Amino acid sequence: MDSADNKKIMSPGQLVLRRFLKNKLAIAGLVIICLSVVFCIVGPLFSPYGEYEIFYIDTNTGEEISMYDTEALKRPGVGVNVKAPISAKHWLGTDADGRDVFTRLMYGGQISLQFGVAVTLIELVIGVLLGAVAGYYGGVVDMIIMRLVEVFYCIPFLPMMLIVSAFMMTLGVRPEDKIYYLMIFMGIFNWAGVARMVRAQMLSIRETEYMYAAKAAGLSVARQIFKHMLPNAIPIIIVMATMDLGGFILTESTLTYLGVGLAFPYASLGNMVNAVNKSVIMRNYLNIWLPPGLFILAIVMAFNFIGDGLRDAFDPKK
Amino acid sequence: MKQYVIRRILTSLVVLLGVSFLIYAMLRMMPGDFVEQMTSGNPTVTAEQKEKLRELYGLNKGIVEGYVQWLSDALRGDFGVSFTYQRPVTEVIGSKMWISFSLAASAFVIELLIAIPLGIAAARRQYSKRDYLIMFLALAGISLPSFFFAAVLQRIFAVGLGWLPLSGMVSAREDYTGFRLVLDIAYHFILPVTVFVITGIGGWLRYVRTNMLEVLNADYVRTARAKGLPESKVVGKHAFRNTLIPIITFIGGSIPGLFAGAIITEGIFAIDGLGKTALDAVNNKDFPFLMTYLMFMAVLTLLGTLISDILYGLADPRVRFR
Repeated sequence: MDSADNKKIMSPGQLVLRRFLKNKLAIAGLVIICLSVVFCIVGPLFSPYGEYEIFYIDTNTGEEISMYDTEALKRPGVGVNVKAPISAKHWLGTDADGRDVFTRLMYGGQISLQFGVAVTLIELVIGVLLGAVAGYYGGVVDMIIMRLVEVFYCIPFLPMMLIVSAFMMTLGVRPEDKIYYLMIFMGIFNWAGVARMVRAQMLSIRETEYMYAAKAAGLSVARQIFKHMLPNAIPIIIVMATMDLGGFILTESTLTYLGVGLAFPYASLGNMVNAVNKSVIMRNYLNIWLPPGLFILAIVMAFNFIGDGLRDAFDPKK
Repeated sequence: MKQYVIRRILTSLVVLLGVSFLIYAMLRMMPGDFVEQMTSGNPTVTAEQKEKLRELYGLNKGIVEGYVQWLSDALRGDFGVSFTYQRPVTEVIGSKMWISFSLAASAFVIELLIAIPLGIAAARRQYSKRDYLIMFLALAGISLPSFFFAAVLQRIFAVGLGWLPLSGMVSAREDYTGFRLVLDIAYHFILPVTVFVITGIGGWLRYVRTNMLEVLNADYVRTARAKGLPESKVVGKHAFRNTLIPIITFIGGSIPGLFAGAIITEGIFAIDGLGKTALDAVNNKDFPFLMTYLMFMAVLTLLGTLISDILYGLADPRVRFR
């Protein structure tokens, strides 16, 4: 024990942090996420262009005109500046509608990140609550909740989301509202995995001595669950949430790519990749569809790296 | 064991009942039913005829009533006639699922052939450069949006280099038969299978690596090393055989899913499998098809977990079923 005296005594949290910081992939993930957040949240403040701002070009002088410059638009020979090449003014050119790709990338990433976080929160609230209740009470309550988990686990998620989205389109839900419906639906269809895992944790925590003590002390059920049981399940919940976050961003972009996710007026990464369906754009305008796709890849990969690193850090045995 | 299987099947049936009601209710809430869509281009169809069509498809009843009718028909094996194909839904699914299966199964075999050796290689030197590289590639594959990756592949190999077909399953205007046809399909499958393999292999790599790591840390492996066995024997004979248990379980559990069809990949490459059919059915509001398709997927999922649980017991004699 002599050697231990020489070392600084570290709390479990510090140990986890140290193991996490040793994982290079996880650090890379963290850096990517920080940069993306800065790019998407702070970036628009510095961008001179708006999300839906369309650019026109005067074919006589080659001068570029913003859609807000209504006076100049009346001049003869003015057309929409579509598919402009990469230039100092438009770092990634303009898209098929004459909007700045680089600026839309910021807004698209912003929506994707917000969406992922919101769905994860919804999923966690439902999943943790039901999982904790099932694991704590056991018996009939557990049986009912677990059957419900199985039901939701069996429902094929992507086709169901497609149907839900198509349903909203024909119902005429405003796109501004549609994003909230999509978040809620996605959360509802995904809580089963979280519930299953939290329940398993609860079942083992329930049998520990400190829980017997907590019960013997006459603590209320809510206090037992939230104060004494859930904190011990937090590592696993965090890992799962991080991985799911990436997954949701991927699903959202897939739905949007298929044309049923977030639609106009939002710029969305999946939506921007969708331009690739026009063969001219696929062949000649890589600057329009390649960056958003790579951006999705970077964000999702970063979340997976972080999740993987956290898992290793929390559970050094594996 | 027998008792366990029977009980599992019975609970699965209860779950299926819940799933079917939920799906039925959601589908029925879709506005703009197929009858409107089918008859919209045809002014000669009277309201009476439309009503008759609705009755035929059970769309005129309330959700609960309609569900009971659907259920009693389904129990008798009648899943209805697809609106778009005008054939029994079961027949449509039965024919399309083999196309999806042939695509998914070829990708599945390739994934295993790559993932098992690489996963073991990564686990043998945990935290080495090799391990990092393999795990990096695995996570990158998982994170790749399949629609984006498919587009990149199409751009490079079909549009750019012109080596491979852009989409489709067979070359148009070439009526190949027999072996030439098989070769032609294989040629068209290269890009979609690549998408499957790259986006799907990460999960397997991770699974193999985790299980191999667990076994390599086991006492019997330490014993094998301590008695001086060469490393190849320790890994090949003592460790690998024990990782086979979870791997076989996982393989068995994945097989039903191979029939499910991939909506995105099949859609992009215009492969006439179950996934693409489902995508079209969503657009056409083909109610009987969608209902049966979703149920089919639910059954495949349940079957997958059941098979993997049973295999787990068969492969590992220590597991006792209660």
